[in-house]
Amino acid sequence: MAKTGTWIEPHPGGIYVKPADLWIDPSRPVECAAVTHGHADHARSGHGAVFATPGTLAIMALRYGVDAGASHNRAYAYGDGFERGGVRFSFHPAGHVLGSAQILMEYAGERIVVTGDYKRRPDPTCAPFEVVPCDIFVTEATFGLPVFRHPPTEGEIAKLIGAVRAEPDRSVLVGAYALGKAQRVIAELRRAGWEAPIFIHGALEKMCNLYAAHGVDLGELRLVSETGKAAMAGQIVLAPPAALNDRWSRRLPDPVTAMASGWMRVRQRARQRMVELPLVISDHADWDELTATIAEVNPGETWITHGSEDGLLRWCELVQRKARALHLVGRDLEEEA
Amino acid sequence: MKRFAALIDRLIYTRSRNTKLALIVDYLRHTPDPDRGWAIAALTGSLDFPAVKAGTVRALLATRVDEELFRLSRHFVGDTAETAALLWPDAPGKKAEPGVSEAVDALFAATRSDAPAVAASLLDRLDADGRYTLLKLALGGMRVGVSARLAKQAFAQAFDVPIDDVEELWHAIPPPYASLFAWGEGRAERPDLNDVAFFRPFMLAHPLEAEGIDLADYAAEWKWDGIRVQIVRGGSETRIYSRGGEEISGAFPELIAAFDQDAVIDGELLVRGEVQGGEAASFNALQQRLGRKVVSKRMLADYPAFVRVYDLLGVDGNDLRGLPWTERRRQLEAFIPRLAASHFDLSQVIDAKDFDDLAERRAGARDAAIEGLMLKRRDAPYVAGRRAGLWYKWKRDPLTADCVMMYAQRGNGRRASFYSDYTFGCWSDAGELLPVGKAYSGFTDEELKWLDKFVRDNTPNRFGPVREVEKSLVLEVAFDSIHSSKRHKSGLAMRFPRISRIRRDKPAEEADRIATLQAMVT
Repeated sequence: MAKTGTWIEPHPGGIYVKPADLWIDPSRPVECAAVTHGHADHARSGHGAVFATPGTLAIMALRYGVDAGASHNRAYAYGDGFERGGVRFSFHPAGHVLGSAQILMEYAGERIVVTGDYKRRPDPTCAPFEVVPCDIFVTEATFGLPVFRHPPTEGEIAKLIGAVRAEPDRSVLVGAYALGKAQRVIAELRRAGWEAPIFIHGALEKMCNLYAAHGVDLGELRLVSETGKAAMAGQIVLAPPAALNDRWSRRLPDPVTAMASGWMRVRQRARQRMVELPLVISDHADWDELTATIAEVNPGETWITHGSEDGLLRWCELVQRKARALHLVGRDLEEEA
Repeated sequence: MKRFAALIDRLIYTRSRNTKLALIVDYLRHTPDPDRGWAIAALTGSLDFPAVKAGTVRALLATRVDEELFRLSRHFVGDTAETAALLWPDAPGKKAEPGVSEAVDALFAATRSDAPAVAASLLDRLDADGRYTLLKLALGGMRVGVSARLAKQAFAQAFDVPIDDVEELWHAIPPPYASLFAWGEGRAERPDLNDVAFFRPFMLAHPLEAEGIDLADYAAEWKWDGIRVQIVRGGSETRIYSRGGEEISGAFPELIAAFDQDAVIDGELLVRGEVQGGEAASFNALQQRLGRKVVSKRMLADYPAFVRVYDLLGVDGNDLRGLPWTERRRQLEAFIPRLAASHFDLSQVIDAKDFDDLAERRAGARDAAIEGLMLKRRDAPYVAGRRAGLWYKWKRDPLTADCVMMYAQRGNGRRASFYSDYTFGCWSDAGELLPVGKAYSGFTDEELKWLDKFVRDNTPNRFGPVREVEKSLVLEVAFDSIHSSKRHKSGLAMRFPRISRIRRDKPAEEADRIATLQAMVT
């Protein structure tokens, strides 16, 4: 059996798998990349070859112009994988966004799982996280502090619907990251029985179409740019967070500014962003999910990639689990959490 | 606690004053006594629980949460009460939430030794939002933008009673204001205020628009640049109120001690000095004394406060407010010798021949560094608020300076999508632009649109929410006065700055120099 984890090298710009000469989620162009999911801090353009799930590859084609059909790029369904340089790679659902995967690597009798980003609570837009037993669990820690406990999503969606109904002359403008969060909020609204058309910023259109093409029913969506101001009164509008307080929002009828993000748990954060209606909806595991997942996976070692490493590291120390922080850089936490 | 927690939550995220007002009105109407009274007292910072302090909460947390995780969390969140509310573990099982008054009673009854146990048992029965509300209630510092004035307005609106009555009664009745609510809802008579040092709403002035009023009808006085105060002695107590009805007695113990007459006066609180006509120091000096809970001997010696008395609202148990100004003035002149001359003097009536003479004296006010003139109708009673035609303020003309826009930030509420807050600067001797002030008003909606576009089109750098602007646009800034300040690199701070004109015609190099502004310092 190989000495624990010596065959992978964490670098600030990604994880290098030596025997396979392959990088996981590299932040710079490389010859050969395995990608956990489509967010810009994990998926980049310019790699020689990309290995990912069909969903992630489709997202990369849409966002970064990666040629999903090219023979050097390979798509693998959940549970499937490939072998390279004696390392067996396979993809397993991470529950983060459409196509998101944990990558399991097996080499010389040792199993390492790289989670990418993940969450444990149900999400109607993607497959649920699967617990994959391993020796080394390489986990994210975006919300690695015990102040982060996301409330049930249904309650936050009810709050959103309540706000729209309370002020029928205004629209509620929800800031939601364009990949994943926006589609999840829409799908959760549909699940809660919101049947009216949902109005979207142009920057969300293509990704919503991609989700719909992958079988996620988002109901009727309309573009804000093609709708008169009056028609959006008493309606829900979605836009990327950057558009919330920008000139673009002047075309809406006196909008109530909402934001769907795990950071909204902290009141000062929400106030800084001038949010009137904070919605604590996150695509990342909260503190309880992170700690419960580590306990459930029960790895020999836990490696922490990015986020509040110190908090999760301290927890591992308290429960006497072997752990280390990898200090990966370039992870764009602020926007999509 | 649920209703109050929901109210706090809405208030935190609401920036519009009218919406805040509507939220409080709704809460007061639909919440029973005494919860609503305690809640409103907490909102306005009128509750203090001596046994429960931030240290108590930190120590308590240490019994449930790892200290290192608390430290990391506190560092991230930036607020002890909020960190504690989020970290406190949910107790298992169903629990009966404590109401506001139950919590207040328990916290008041707590001693230093059992305060942690009392707080813990309350926290165990609440969810995260409820815990936040409880801890803010216990520790103070709600910071939800609710002043005493706003709370009183909400009360008046909720029960459709005159705001003047609410202003008077508010400070005379302790929380939870049971008799106030009973009166508001028509269940009881107006509470009796004999022997209480209660607040009388101030009479205020309109700006003088048309010139040439007849001095036979109006008396003129200097408008001093301090803060308007009311000093009331009732029962055995003396209190000092600021214009908004906030009590500021604690900051001026020497005045409380010196005011030994059964009377109510209206005057200007000032600090002794030379700047204002050789009789009072600048407003800046007075600011050193404001907002203090403990006043050192050094403070008392360096910034000796006194009151220049404008009006007499009551004396020896008689309410004088219904009398015309002439009669109140006569009684005031007779009364003044009863107060210690070291701390109280009389605001002089200006003996001008006619309006032109008065205008000439006002023109001299800039040199004398006095704020301007007050014109008071001789036959008018003392009535609350601003009434047309009774009192006018005639401020001296503002100072102006040509400054260069340096940074811009977005506004709030309706202006959230506009860059409407501007930092501007003037040239140092070394040819460097140094910020001298910040303004958010003075422009029209049309001008705001233009300024917003200018900012967006001319941003070489961003620092978080702040845009650095190409240093090319000259703004004419009007301000009431300018003072030395250590807070800014330029060493200057303006009072009431506003944008008076956009000088698109003027090249930035020709904007004013710091030295020019320094010459205006008072």
